[in-house]
This record gives sequence, C-alpha cells and structure tokens, in this order.
Amino acid sequence: MEILLQQIINGLVQGSVYALVALGYTMVYGILGLINFAHGEVVMVGAMVALAVIKVLLATALSPVLVLLLSLLAAVGVCMALGYGIERVAYRPLRHAPRLAPLITAIGVSIVLQTLAMIIWGREYHAFPQLLPNASHSIGGAVINEVQIAIVLVAVLMMAGLLLLVHRTRLGRAMRAVAENPSAAALMGVNINGVISTTFMLGSALAAVAGLMVSANYGIVHYYMGFMLGLKAFTAAVLGGIGNLRGAMLGGVMLGLIESLGAGYSGALTGGMFGSNYQDVFAFIVLIAVLIFRPSGLLGERVAERA
Amino acid sequence: MRNVPDFLRPNKRNAWLAFVALGLLLLVLPFATDALLGRGWVRIVDFALLYIMLALGLNIVVGYAGLLDLGYVAFFAVGAYTYALLGSPQFGLHLPFWIVLPIGATLACIFGALLGAPTLKLRGDYLAIVTLGFGEIIRIFLNNLNAPLNITNGPQGISQIDAIRVAEFSLGRSQELFGITLPSVHLHYYLFLALTLLVIFISLRLQDSRIGRAWMAIREDEVAASAMGINTRNIKLLAFAMGATFGGVAGGLFAGFQGFVSPESFSLMESIMILCMVVLGGMGNIGGVVLGGVLLVVLPEALRNGAGPVQQVLFGKTLIDPESLRMLLFGVALIVVMLWRPAGLWPSSQRQRELEAHDGEAQQEQDTVYDASR
Amino acid sequence: MTHPGEHLLKLSGVSKHFGGLAALSGVSLHIKRGEIYGLIGPNGAGKTTLFNILTGLYQLDGGSFSFAGTSFSCCKPHLLAQAGIARTFQNIRLFPNMTALENIMVGRHLRTHSGIWAALTRHAAARREEREIAQRALELLRYVGIHRHSHTLAKNLSYGEQRRLEIARALATEPKLLALDEPAAGMNATETESLRVLLQTIRNSGVTVLLIEHDVKLIMGLCDRVAVLDYGKKIAEGVPAEVRNDPAVIAAYIGGGT
Ligand SMILES: Nc1ncnc2c1ncn2[C@@H]1O[C@H](COP(=O)(O)OP(=O)(O)OP(=O)(O)O)[C@@H](O)[C@H]1O
Ligand SMILES: [Mg+2]
Repeated sequence: MEILLQQIINGLVQGSVYALVALGYTMVYGILGLINFAHGEVVMVGAMVALAVIKVLLATALSPVLVLLLSLLAAVGVCMALGYGIERVAYRPLRHAPRLAPLITAIGVSIVLQTLAMIIWGREYHAFPQLLPNASHSIGGAVINEVQIAIVLVAVLMMAGLLLLVHRTRLGRAMRAVAENPSAAALMGVNINGVISTTFMLGSALAAVAGLMVSANYGIVHYYMGFMLGLKAFTAAVLGGIGNLRGAMLGGVMLGLIESLGAGYSGALTGGMFGSNYQDVFAFIVLIAVLIFRPSGLLGERVAERA
Repeated sequence: MRNVPDFLRPNKRNAWLAFVALGLLLLVLPFATDALLGRGWVRIVDFALLYIMLALGLNIVVGYAGLLDLGYVAFFAVGAYTYALLGSPQFGLHLPFWIVLPIGATLACIFGALLGAPTLKLRGDYLAIVTLGFGEIIRIFLNNLNAPLNITNGPQGISQIDAIRVAEFSLGRSQELFGITLPSVHLHYYLFLALTLLVIFISLRLQDSRIGRAWMAIREDEVAASAMGINTRNIKLLAFAMGATFGGVAGGLFAGFQGFVSPESFSLMESIMILCMVVLGGMGNIGGVVLGGVLLVVLPEALRNGAGPVQQVLFGKTLIDPESLRMLLFGVALIVVMLWRPAGLWPSSQRQRELEAHDGEAQQEQDTVYDASR
Repeated sequence: MTHPGEHLLKLSGVSKHFGGLAALSGVSLHIKRGEIYGLIGPNGAGKTTLFNILTGLYQLDGGSFSFAGTSFSCCKPHLLAQAGIARTFQNIRLFPNMTALENIMVGRHLRTHSGIWAALTRHAAARREEREIAQRALELLRYVGIHRHSHTLAKNLSYGEQRRLEIARALATEPKLLALDEPAAGMNATETESLRVLLQTIRNSGVTVLLIEHDVKLIMGLCDRVAVLDYGKKIAEGVPAEVRNDPAVIAAYIGGGT
C-alpha cells in the first residue's frame, strides 16, 4: 500500500514535468502542424542556464530564494530567446516546404544545441545545488519532499495560467484562430508571424521552468538530459491528443503515473521477468494501445476527413 | 546547350560510356581508396553501402508511400540480432550465412507487418511516434534480455559473430582471387556493392510499377487513392514489409561484417540518421537517397579526421575536440542544406521535369509512352 | 450494356449526423441505369455528404443503399470503387506531384493485377498489362481532351484541365456510376459547354452519371431527372422543368440565401 502511494506520488511529480514540456510540443503542433524536435533541448538549455546563474550568484550574499528566482528568470529569458530564434531560423523559411523539411532542420537544431552544450559545459554530470531546505513529509507511509510539492504546485499554476491565457485573452484568441485556419485568421487581421513567435516563446518558457524542476528534483544536470525527456513529453502530447492543451496535461500526468506504477509493479507481476528496466517499454506500449483504440489520442478531436 | 562539347551531350552512346566508366570506378574504388586514404576508409565505404541499403529501404516507406517511420532501425536490429544469435558462440549455433540472412530478412518483414497491421490507420505524425516507440521497445528488449534468461547478452552485446562465409570462402580474411590479394574489407565491399545494386534495381522496378504508383498515390492523397479503389491498408502494409525486409538484410550484413552487435548501434539517433539520408538526399528519388547515404556517412568521418588538423593550422591549437566539432558541423549542415534545398539535394521532381522536356516526342506514338515513362 | 429503366442505385432512408447537425436525414432516391441524375440544393444541404457515403468515406448512421443489386450499409471506399462507383471531388483531389498520365494510371489499379513479383521480373504478362494501362490512360486523356499534357504534373495543370483529369481518372476505374461533385465550378462559359458535351458522351457510352451542380443551365440542359436537397432532406424530385417551378425549391433557394 505504501509502495502504491509512493509510486503515485513519484508519478505525479514526473508527470507534472512531462505535462509542462508536452504543452510546448502541443502548442507548436496545434499552430504549425509540425513536431518541434528541438523542444527537448530547450529544456536542457533551461536547466544549464539556471545552474550557471546559480553557481555565479551563490558566491554573492544574495538569499537563496532570490538566487533561485533570478536563475529561473534567466533560464526563462534565454529559452524564450532560443525558442524565438529556432522558429526564425529553422521553421519560418520552410513554412511552405515539403512536410519533412522542417523536421530535419529541427533535428539539426537539436544536434547543434546538444553539442554546443557539451562543448560549453562538458560531458560530465553536474550536481544541482540544493538551495532551499528540502524537508520530507510522510503521508500514509509514503514520502514526499518539499521540492516535489513545489513542482506539482508550480506546474498546476502554470497550466492554469496557460489555459486562462489561451481562452480568455486577445492573444489566446489569435492563437486559436491561427490554429483553426491560418489564412482566415490573416484575413481577419491577425499577425500570424507574431502569433507563431509568441507560441514558440511561451512553449520555451514552460520548458525552462520544467528544466529547472527536473534538475531540482534529481539534483543532476547533463547535456543529454533533454533528449529522452523531450521524447517522453512528445509521447505524452500524442497520448493526450496532440494539438489539445488539456490533452497534453492529461497525457503528461498519465505517462508519469504509468511509468512509475509500471516500474514499481511489473517485476512482481511477471515473476521478475520484466523489471523496472522495462519502464520505457510500458510507456510506449500504453501509447500504442491507446492510439489503436483512439487514433487521435485521449482528448484529440476525431478529424473526420472532409472530402 | 550550344557550347557544350559534343561528347558531353546526352545520347545513347555517351550514356553507355558513362555507365561503363561508373562501373570501372566502382570496381577499383576499394583499391584506390586503400592507396590514397588508407584501409580505414575502405571500411567507411563499406558502411556507406550498408547505409545506402538502409536508406533505400526506408525510402520505400517514407519516400514512396509517404509514411513517416521513426523506428526503422528496429528492423536493422532484427536482422543483425538474428544473424548474431544464429551464427555465434552465444548459443553455439553456427548456421551458414546464406540461411541466416534470409531468416533475418523474413523475420524483419514479419515484424514490419506486425507493427504495421494495427498502426497504419493512424495519420501522419501519430504513426511517427508509434514507430518511434516500437524502435525503442526493441532496443530496450535487446538491452535487457540477458536476465533471467540470457538471450541477447544485454548491453555487452554479442561478439565473435561468424564472418560471412560461403562454403570454404570466408570474407573474414584475405583471399587470393585471379592472382590479386583481396583483404577482408575489399571482399565485403564487393558483396555489399552487389547487394546495393540489387536493392537499387528493386527500387527502380517498384517505382515504375502498379504497386509503386499506388504507393505514390497514397502519399499524395490517401482519400483520393482509396476512392480510386486502392486498398490503402494492404498497400501501405506492403510498403512497410518491403522496407523492413531491406532493413533486415542490411542488419544481417552489418552483424557479419562487424563481428559484433550491441543495442547501442540501434538507437533512435540511428533511425533519425537514416531518415536524414532519405530526406536530405531527396525523398523518393533513388539517386538522391544514394547521395544522402554517401554524404551522411562520409561527411562526419571526413569531419572527424579533418577537424583536428584544420584547427591546428588555423589557430595553432585544438580549440574544440574534433568529435564535438564534427557533430556541430553536422547539425549545421543539416540545417543549411534543408534551408537551401527544402526538397533535398536531388529531388525526384527532377525526373518529372526531364519527362516534361520530352513531352512532345512522348505522345507521338502511343506505343512509346510505355517506354518513355520509364 | 444499358438496361433503361432498371435501377442502378437505390437509397432508402439514408441519414448522417455530425454531432448535433443532421447533414442528411432519411434521404431516399432511385437512380436508373443510363440516366444523368442531378443533385442540387443550397450550400450545406448535404450533397457532398451523400457522395461521401456512397463512396465509403463516411459511414452512414441510418438507412441503407444498394448498388447494382448489392446492398451496402457500411463499406470501405475501395470496395465501393470495386463495385463500380467512381467520383470526383468538389475541391479537386488529384495526385499533385504525379503526371496527368500517372494519375489516370492509378485509376487503372483497380482493374489490373500486377503485384510485387510482376514488378520485379517484368515478365511478358506484366509488361503487357503495364502497356495496356498506359494505353488506356492515354486514350482517356484524349477522351477528355488533355492529351497534350500527358507528362505535366497534375498540380501544374489549369483548373479546367484538372477537373477533366479528375473525370478521366474516375473513368479509368470503369465505373457503372460516375459521381461528379460540382465539375463546372470555376469554369468559364466555353469550358462549361465543352464539359456538357463531354458528359453527354460519357452517358452515351453507357455510364450512369450522378451530378452535383450549382449551374442551373447545365443541370437543365443535361439532366434527365433532378433531386433537390435542403437541410439534409429531399424536398423535390422530378424532371428539371418541373422541379424548377416547385414552390418548395424556390423557397429553399431564397430562404437558403445562397
Ligand atoms: N466532416 C464533417 N464534420 C462536421 N460537419 C460536416 C462534415 N462534413 C460536412 N459537414 C456538415 O454537413 C453539412 C452538409 O455539408 P455538405 O458538404 O454535404 O454540403 P453541400 O451540400 O455539399 O454544400 P456545398 O454546396 O457548399 O458544397 C454542412 O453543414 C457541413 O458543415
Ligand atoms: Mg459540397
């Protein structure tokens, strides 16, 4: 029972991170219909920048809370600029190109970012300092620490904020209009390029926050961390129904739960045959199963072919 | 066209000459490479041929049928591990190459069909993520199937795999043929070349066939294709299975050539690499795909070997380690090439434009149409 | 091969909903072999939806239809094409990066058999079939009058040529029923006139035609009978002159505000 609860907690925490990253994929997909393959690397850059800022500021006498906030601001700023730049360089010139061309440039961007990070920060794992006291609490035998609580809370706040933004503001209306029908939106006077840039920057800001979260949770930063995380988050976005914001959130949390429950129980259920090292397999098998029965994901609208 | 010297004008005889020249070039390539660049480069050329086979296989799926497959390397893995398990001390089995290779190809084909059957009704990018997931699943299994029962030997991989051998003639060591000594890499080169040419031949024939047209129709507009009476599910499945089979063959050759396989060779990055060859070279165009394969194997190697010395000359010291610089330049190259030529370096519409140029002649006689569209 | 008077297509109570919207409710109609049957109605009346059901792109929610004696209630597109229904699309759906000739050759897929083995070996029978496919395709290009463009990519054809190519591609499947969704849309008067001649020729060759059109003159001059859809219901049916003066039809068009 404690194990179950513990796995649920771990799953929720991991799922919150997935959800934030998945939102970035889904927003870009909803508007441009393309997989922003470089998004995972943006998360990594966010973590790296935050760490660098923290290292510098820790030497000063600033309070840890301020250090954390400043590093977050820096990460968000850098990532937003990065998101903007990626769209300008790799996607905008190819908006009317064959469908796979932007996928390849995105892969190129991903490789470049990863390698740059490796050149700048090296191949080693960096410890992410613990800035705030991180007390553990026990609920029903399971343990949750304050960083994990903070992760879930911040993720929920950010997602609520994003939903408000998309559904209640002028900008959000413009975004939805562009997603629905770009040429009609342009006719109505929506600045399409502006909306697309903003979407990339918003997604990247969320990625930066997510980067800081994983680093704080695991205490480790690495130039390669964005790749698998991005992959999982993209899986989550598809699981929920890509292009759908609530779907990304649901998909992220579900994927986190599936992984941690699968890792926790599969060994026992299969008599030690498939242990926790098969964690990623469960995630993908569930994804495939869901898509077979709901080809557009859990919350994705069924796109009936308009012939 | 006025200033072009006579011998460069396209005609039947010149085409033949070019053909013969190309054939001779391919024949002496390993010797020339060996003499000019060293034996290591012959190995690289061999790998280039393997990757061309892979890229051509993926081209059927992505280029012809328009199905984005991000897990193609799984079929490569199936072929390689089949060979490794049936021809190594792992199980003490040492089945001959000409039995193992077809088994690997068949298994890969079955895996392709198994994956395709439930997933091919998915649209575009959903298919991409499912194939990606499938590729990862295979890799994870290969990585972990060493306990409780040791099948794949886990992350260590399988070594001491039998060399490719027909009767007593082994490609694993130097052989004397017609008075010429052929080192192992040269022997592999000729085998791989022959199979690559076979794969090219198959691709060409498929491209201009009823099935090939059905694939392209699905790529262009699936709804219209189905309304024209094409059983889209079966035809897509066929593309998947064909592509997978090529992957399986290349995998078996890979295992026999390297003598060693491990899950590391079958990562997602590998699938992406093969996809890049197809798209960068020119999707759907065989020449383009071959070009893409050559570039993406040779370029990184050249960068690896050149990055250090060039820095020495320019800056007097090595600023960035060559391996990183190689990846960096590679990433930049992907971006720049795609921005510069979004349809790939050598896109297939070239062929169409050629056809248009011949428009006038083609419809003079009905009978010639059949040949002209070839 | 025409049997005048016999019914080729019978719809009984066909219904289709999209969420709360009833795109078609209880539509019944009969189309005779060899006739040109017009389907008209204001925008959004459900005409294209009916086509999509007939060609298996949508599954119907109620009712059924039978074609050439076989009853269909849910069916895959390729099986309906096999049965002999071919169509064109309102917003042209050719294979844009294939040549005009190749587009029609795809249409021959259904009536030919070569598989992988034939493609690889190109044995005598395979070559013969391939030659027949190409010849038939060229004949069809000639038939619709665009043989000059046999090796032009479909996307580079003019609008009127694309419409013709779509018709030729549909004919390549050897249909019993040719369903055309607004073939004259966007055509000028000359193009429309030559389209009219083409449709006459097609009908005279024994193919039954189901025609959606907004061009009243074309409908009046061409169709043997006409049905009018409005808000998913059939509100009138009969010979063109009759339907034209039907008060319900006039009301639908005025009220529909097309
Ligand atoms: N895939 C779909 N999803 C939701 N609604 C649809 C879909 N297809 C059609 N509709 C709706 O069904 C109704 C009938 O559409 P349909 O396209 O059949 O009209 P139509 O008679 O062909 O009109 P037009 O003359 O404009 O072509 C319309 O209100 C349309 O919006
Ligand atoms: Mg319509």
